[in-house]
Amino acid sequence: MRTTVPVIIAFLSGFVMILAFFFNPEKSFIGRLEPEVLAWVTIVGGFTLLLGVVSIVRVNFTAVKRRKENWPYKLATLISIFAMAIPAILPSSWSPLLGTGTGSIYDWLFNYLDAPMMSTMFAMLAFYIASAAFRAFRARNAEATLLLVTATLVMLWRVPMGEAFLKSIHGDLPQYINTYIMGGANLAVQRGIIIGAAMGAAAMSLRIMLGIERTYMGK
Amino acid sequence: MSFVEHLQIWIAAFFMLSLFSFLYKDNPFYKLAEHIFAGLSAGYYIGLVWHAVILQTMINPMIQDGKWWLFIPGLLGVMMFSRFFKGFHWISRYSLAFVMGNTAGIFLLSELHGKVIPQVQATMRSVDPSQGFGGLLLSVIIITGVISTLLYFYFSKEHKGLLGGVAKLGIWFIMVSFGAHFGYTVMARISLLIGQVQFLIFDWGGSIQQIFF
Repeated sequence: MRTTVPVIIAFLSGFVMILAFFFNPEKSFIGRLEPEVLAWVTIVGGFTLLLGVVSIVRVNFTAVKRRKENWPYKLATLISIFAMAIPAILPSSWSPLLGTGTGSIYDWLFNYLDAPMMSTMFAMLAFYIASAAFRAFRARNAEATLLLVTATLVMLWRVPMGEAFLKSIHGDLPQYINTYIMGGANLAVQRGIIIGAAMGAAAMSLRIMLGIERTYMGK
Repeated sequence: MSFVEHLQIWIAAFFMLSLFSFLYKDNPFYKLAEHIFAGLSAGYYIGLVWHAVILQTMINPMIQDGKWWLFIPGLLGVMMFSRFFKGFHWISRYSLAFVMGNTAGIFLLSELHGKVIPQVQATMRSVDPSQGFGGLLLSVIIITGVISTLLYFYFSKEHKGLLGGVAKLGIWFIMVSFGAHFGYTVMARISLLIGQVQFLIFDWGGSIQQIFF
């Protein structure tokens, strides 16, 4: 009951999607099932996201309640969650500040707090990437040298001053980087990785549907 | 600039500087900004899920289009919360099994039909002798790169002899690709950094100039 039923559900819900692929959605009920089941997955997936947020609230609330270390910061997290979520959930017909439309509290918090902080977080990675590169990019062997040379060439190629420098070495060098590194070696490796990962994902999907892979149930 | 506009710029600048302060060392300003950022991001998802999923995909079709059966995925979603109750957490397996099985069914076909076959097809079709020496060289690079990369990730046989040689070539190709990706990532991050610095200099600096000078 606790293990067999989920395996049957997993098989049937996957099998429906495979079956629907082979049927015409305009002429058969099974074909029309595909968008319907996708909507079901979207709904359950949405609740999964909410589950994550509820979990964050529980963890932080417990920490604040028990006055654990750094609890004022956790209180700030809780206040931020509710400040963003409550006005978003309330209907915009009550006030233009509610809902998620332009001019709402949700929109304002996103534009002036969330988005700038997100960009700053990513921008800060520039410093850490540079620091990591300084430590990792040492021409100790052929592989590391290839990594170093390619990264340097691409970084130079992506800025006008660097491109001018590359052109001063050889007029067609930027074009060669674009064609043979980005459109050649890089493309080939990406294709190899995509093919390998896709085959792995397909194999894993089959394992899940057949009930061989049950780690998602904690088994 | 109005008072509200000044306030918006100053708040954004304060939190940006607080986050940047971590480059020196961990400090209370960074911690506060980090926790607020985490909270806002979580709150953002609540708003997004509420409107795009619960209202638009579930409640509105149930009320307006009479799709009463949409209460079933809603129920499956609510069952996910049983994870918080000891002794009942197994109930969430039903919802999880539905999502996992469904995603597996979609992936099984889409990965093979939408990725493996088109990528192999594009690799085979890259051979074009009419493009001259440059085109031929590119075809050789692509085909050799794809095969050697795939063989590098083949671990069922020890990388010795011919397989070892091809796998070695594969890792050279992979290093070139990682280098190219690294270069791209660095430039994207620096571009973001330039944007943030421009905001601080022009927007926040402009606001300071208007208020104090």
